[in-house]
Amino acid sequence: MLDIIRFILAAVLTAGGLFCLLSGVVGVYKFRYALSRVHAAALLDTVGILLMLLGVIIATGFTVASAKMLVVIAFLWLTSPVSGHLIGRMEVTINDELDKDAEVLDKAYVEHEKEPEAAVQSPAEASESTASAEEEEVQ
Amino acid sequence: MAKIRPDYENSWWAKLLRWLETGSTALDDALTGELDAKSADHLIASNTHHDAQEQELEERRHAALEREKRLYDHIHQWAQNRGSRLMRWVYIIASVVMCLGIIALLLTTAANLPPYGDPNNPVNNEVSGHYIEKGMQETGAVNIVAGMILDYRAFDTLGESNVLFIAAVTVLILLRLAPSKDGKPTTEQLEAEADDRMYEPKHDVILQHQANLLVPLILLFGVYVIMNGHISPGGGFSGGAIMGAGLILYLNAHGFRKTERFFTFTTFRIVSLCALSFYACSKAYSFFTGANHLTSIFTPGTPGMLFSAGLIPYLNIAVGLVVCCTMYAFYTLFRKGDM
Repeated sequence: MLDIIRFILAAVLTAGGLFCLLSGVVGVYKFRYALSRVHAAALLDTVGILLMLLGVIIATGFTVASAKMLVVIAFLWLTSPVSGHLIGRMEVTINDELDKDAEVLDKAYVEHEKEPEAAVQSPAEASESTASAEEEEVQ
Repeated sequence: MAKIRPDYENSWWAKLLRWLETGSTALDDALTGELDAKSADHLIASNTHHDAQEQELEERRHAALEREKRLYDHIHQWAQNRGSRLMRWVYIIASVVMCLGIIALLLTTAANLPPYGDPNNPVNNEVSGHYIEKGMQETGAVNIVAGMILDYRAFDTLGESNVLFIAAVTVLILLRLAPSKDGKPTTEQLEAEADDRMYEPKHDVILQHQANLLVPLILLFGVYVIMNGHISPGGGFSGGAIMGAGLILYLNAHGFRKTERFFTFTTFRIVSLCALSFYACSKAYSFFTGANHLTSIFTPGTPGMLFSAGLIPYLNIAVGLVVCCTMYAFYTLFRKGDM
């Protein structure tokens, strides 16, 4: 009985993961704009692989291999959204006609992104200045 | 360089120079009248002569340009109409001939292969059986692949590491911008750096936090893969690739200013040189002592322990360092032209 429940749970999870992977792949090929495609790819990397590996973990039982799979899930959840975020930021930076492709809500941020020198220097200077201010306060 | 004096205009040397270049005003005044009267016709004549000459030159240049343009048009038209058709046929015929040739070569090779499953095939010689049966006993490595590539066929692996190093050196020759002698960055380097950070999202807080969390883990995992190369699957090449990826992630998150503190071109040079020469020297020592470690101080030890398998862990470390440095060097060279 327990085996059957475990099998059904694993099958449902794996099927859900497969569905997510499939929809992500379809989205990557079907969407026309880069940010939409990034959205689809992020779904593929996070939810799809999470469900797939959870299903495999339940199917195999809790062994060393399934602990490694948990580590893989943690690694992918740490890395994949960040890569999606960076690709999106790159698109915002280099697309000169962002208004035509997407709805821009925060125009000041986009302008800030498009000026590389300001974008490069201002956070560094700000952090340095705050750090020096903190040091002075400590002293 | 001479000093510039405030009263330079009135010095003797300046007066002499002025006289040499423009003549003295007194002489000029005396000569002006004569020049006006005498050489007006002469000047006009020379001017017309000069104009005629120039016109002729201009005409000749125009004619040459016309000829060139006609020739170009002729070639262009030929390439557009008949040439492209001809080349299309040449391409089609060449591709068909090459395809048929390769097919014939592969089919004859496949037809002449020894029959499948024959025990007398050259694959089934005693070497692989010897490796599988006595590999662990002779080399002390549980991972039979590590025992093979770093003990039986270590010379081959030295060649592979050198191939990586040579590839890195070639990329260096092609892409590295020449450093200046006085230590300051040259204009080319500054331009490359500005180009690099033009479209790069720098100081991304999310990426920095993620890198701070992950880079130590990635580097540790790379060290684990390298150090356990003779016990579990892995080894110098894969571990070095993992460590190089960790370094690249750190560079992307924090920029060149942070990585320059621990990894410069000098570091790359020293690490690669030391690793490769250590590999070459230790393997030469091993070969000269009979290539079976029986008389050397590096005994196979207990298989499965961390410090066992003779020279294999140390060679794995050397290979891993070379691979790590090469990956990082490729990335930085393609990105900025320097490290």
